[in-house]
Amino acid sequence: MRYIRPSSLEDAIGLLVEASGKAAILAGGSDLLVRMKGGFIEPELIIDIKAIDALRHITESEDGFVIGAAVPCAVLGENAALRRAWPGVVEGANLIGSKQVQGRCTIVGNLCNASPAADSVPALVAAGAKALIRGPAGSRTIAVEMVPVGPGKTSLAPGEIIEAILLDKRQPRSGDAYQRFTPRTEMDIAVVSAAVNLTLDDQGVVQSARVALGAVAPTVLLVEEAAEILTGSRVDDKTLDRLAAACSGACRSIDDKRGTVEFRRKVAGVLAKRVALAAYQRAGQK
Amino acid sequence: MMVGIAVSTNINGDNAEFLCHADETLLDVLRDRLGLMGAKEGCGTGDCGACSIILDDRLVCSCLVLGAEAEGRRIETVEGMAQGDQLHPLQQKFLEHAALQCGICTPGFLIAAKDLLAKNPDPTEEEIRFGLAGNLCRCTGYDKIVRAVQDAAGVMRGA
Repeated sequence: MRYIRPSSLEDAIGLLVEASGKAAILAGGSDLLVRMKGGFIEPELIIDIKAIDALRHITESEDGFVIGAAVPCAVLGENAALRRAWPGVVEGANLIGSKQVQGRCTIVGNLCNASPAADSVPALVAAGAKALIRGPAGSRTIAVEMVPVGPGKTSLAPGEIIEAILLDKRQPRSGDAYQRFTPRTEMDIAVVSAAVNLTLDDQGVVQSARVALGAVAPTVLLVEEAAEILTGSRVDDKTLDRLAAACSGACRSIDDKRGTVEFRRKVAGVLAKRVALAAYQRAGQK
Repeated sequence: MMVGIAVSTNINGDNAEFLCHADETLLDVLRDRLGLMGAKEGCGTGDCGACSIILDDRLVCSCLVLGAEAEGRRIETVEGMAQGDQLHPLQQKFLEHAALQCGICTPGFLIAAKDLLAKNPDPTEEEIRFGLAGNLCRCTGYDKIVRAVQDAAGVMRGA
């Protein structure tokens, strides 16, 4: 096994192409090193992307935020502007693992690990975040929900790297929120999770919404029916009940040691209500 | 013949150089190549915190860092906490509050608490419990550890 720390994205992509499927990208390592230790993967080459300066920063511009692929989740939580604009995205990212893991793990890693229970992904999907992908054929930008295609599998082509996550500039009267259910309060993996992102008009009516559910299907789900229910409402009790029913109905969960199908359906609805209210309150405060 | 990756780093204020393999963790380098046995391997998968160190002012699990990644960085381990015979206030308070039994988790707790107090010198009990949630103790329990950290925080604020 070899370890290389390229200083440019072009070099990283060149190495990735050259290794033809036998290389692994290292950012935070909190998934990669565990999988290597468990013998699940044996890469011939590890490409550490943390020396690529462009990937190490969060930048804010007229268009919104660009979060580099090597930025640890702890840094998202320390960025006041990002916290203010996208509190749901930050709360999802900051629920991954412990303080120790927070100092290393990245949202791009969380996305590319492609776990249906990934904590940072539902809020990114609800936020309409995009993945900026660079590969041998150039750059492309896709919606975050198009990256994972199943547990542990992504739509990235050979040689492609996600360079950054893009978040739009925040519209006035907008809010987002993420919550998950876990048996423990810390250091656990979501049994069910939900994220809601919405924008209100100047009368306090929901103008647009996005609703995402985690850990209830092979990939994080964008529930369009739930978004349609919220749109045009003031997030009243009747709307919330319909939202819960739509979210429960959208689940395609499995029974496993952490929860049954029936439990996940029920909790998906409960969490959707709670995050819709939290997002609504946050939107109203702006 | 390839003998390994040459790495220059700084550990507890001293420059250090070592050779390691590409897949060797920083925890293994610290223990097996540099003789720094404070950081322990509990789970090896980042769940228990026994291998906690501070890497460029960030608390991390050294079992989830490659040795090669230490190039040009600053590492703090439990070995750097005492000044000669003078224990760090956290170490002194862990003794006074009997906040350890078998001691396997203790270096990780001390380093995690040091990082916590550097960022938040006057934490609430809840903040301490959340801040140390990545460190598992299977014999002492957490109450004595939390009290030791609270007491040490008071001493360090007064110092």
